Amino acid sequence: MAVEAPPGIAEPVAPATRARVRPPSRARSWALGVWSALALLYLFVPIFVIVVFSFNDPRGRFNFTWQGFTLEHWANPFENPDLALAMKNSFLIALIATLIATALGTFMAMALVRYGFRGRSLVDFFVFLPLSTPEVVIGAALLALFLTMAVNTGFATIVIAHVMFTVSYVVVTVKARLEGMDRHIEEAAMDLGATEWTTFRKVTLPMIAPGVAAASLLAAAISVDDYVITSFNAGQTITFPLFIFGATRQGVPPEVNVLATGVLLVVLVLMALNVLLQRRLARRDAARVD
Amino acid sequence: MLRLSLHRRRQLLPWIFLAPGLAWLVVFFAIPLVNQLNVSLQTGDPETGYTFTWAFSTYADAVGEYETQFLRSIGYAATATVLCFAIGFPLAYFIAFKAGRWKNLMLLLIILPFFVSYVLRTVSWQLILADNGFVADTLRAVGLLGDDGRLLATRTAVIAGITYNFLPFMALPLYVSLEKIDKRLIEAATDLYASRATAFRKVTLPLALPGIFAGSLLTFIPACGDFINAALLGTPRQFMIGNVIQSKYLVIQDYPEAAALSFILMTFILVGILLYARVLGARNLTEAAI
Repeated sequence: MAVEAPPGIAEPVAPATRARVRPPSRARSWALGVWSALALLYLFVPIFVIVVFSFNDPRGRFNFTWQGFTLEHWANPFENPDLALAMKNSFLIALIATLIATALGTFMAMALVRYGFRGRSLVDFFVFLPLSTPEVVIGAALLALFLTMAVNTGFATIVIAHVMFTVSYVVVTVKARLEGMDRHIEEAAMDLGATEWTTFRKVTLPMIAPGVAAASLLAAAISVDDYVITSFNAGQTITFPLFIFGATRQGVPPEVNVLATGVLLVVLVLMALNVLLQRRLARRDAARVD
Repeated sequence: MLRLSLHRRRQLLPWIFLAPGLAWLVVFFAIPLVNQLNVSLQTGDPETGYTFTWAFSTYADAVGEYETQFLRSIGYAATATVLCFAIGFPLAYFIAFKAGRWKNLMLLLIILPFFVSYVLRTVSWQLILADNGFVADTLRAVGLLGDDGRLLATRTAVIAGITYNFLPFMALPLYVSLEKIDKRLIEAATDLYASRATAFRKVTLPLALPGIFAGSLLTFIPACGDFINAALLGTPRQFMIGNVIQSKYLVIQDYPEAAALSFILMTFILVGILLYARVLGARNLTEAAI
């Protein structure tokens, strides 16, 4: 055991007869590129199918084989009242759960990063635990609690469940942002006579805002998409994923494809706008420096 | 006096920040788990209700009765994790080291599927793999699939579905840890006459270990508890432990056995994580010492 040598160097130096390594071959890079393209293609095959079948004109209930092109479903995507309700529920639940989880999680992250206190690593571990528990276990355990307490499951219990499992994601995301932050700016504010609350409002919050925004987007995305935990705690309430799963037996209506494609388009537009905005800001900053 | 109260305040403040979120997690995560332990030791039937009886036999029955599904879950999840790594590592490597100006676009493409509902993407695979679908027809035509061979409702379909759904969870952490690697370290290794393969094995791979660790946990844990893929792409002969827990809770209402099953699943995963951390951590240490 070569303890005295630092890692990596301890390997005896090869005799000089060994040829120097050539730069990476073009073929290897090519193979890697092709592999990556195929992997991304794999990710997009089902999405491509979803988009294409939003224009299908199925005979009968099943939107399984291509029959003909139509824009009918794009004209009234909310025709099916159950689907419209499911969509509305999903967005409302995501909105409420995200607001609560973001507030709770941000403060928890502040406490965990900013203060050394007894039991911090225990709290850290406890917050991490829901992330390493399979969703089916979380969903089942929560349902068992609601059954034991004779609570009727429905809209409210879905919100409770969603806050519970998104809050850990918020903590992790905001913590990452806080850890990379310069504490001296806050100290400067307090030295200049700002109270802790004012410092939080005027200095800390604006600085962690991108992290909080990212965390709330993540929470909302997870909430809207959740099937497993929701299925346990939904009672008679239907959300978008529950609707789709339930519809698989009678055939998923093309309106579902339309709505999914629509959401994807909105996300793409927002991302493009974000890129443009960032570029403009960068240019403005560059101009200012001049 | 003022000093003391200030000190007390600094001590109390983190707990005030933590309190709401922590309370939520205790009430809706920790207590349900404890309650579930309690439920798992009850006996009775759905008609007359369940009473607590220290019925440890439920655990033995559950393991005996559903051993197949447990082993199947572990087998499917492990296979899918290995496949995700095999597909995801070259992809992450390419994005981190070779993608150049395509980097952000490729990362965006990995994240984009998250904005289409998980259930819907799996339904889409159902359509792609369908018996009279394009893929199955083509494979039959070229003789890769028997005349009555199926793609849907097979083990392959379920594992492919799981691999598909969790690939981004593997690829993203891998990318993050590869991206962090200081390329000069790899150059240094090759300068010191390590072959490209040795440099990869002794430098790149050990430095990517945190990503491998995170990625495989993020894939394996949810895959173990997953039941959507088995439900939509398989038949009862491919059902995993998640399917059993879900139907026991929501259909058969055999709460004690369902609770016992989810407790066993959770314990198995926690022990698995600890062992895995030890093995990878130990290898890290030996790697550093050599």
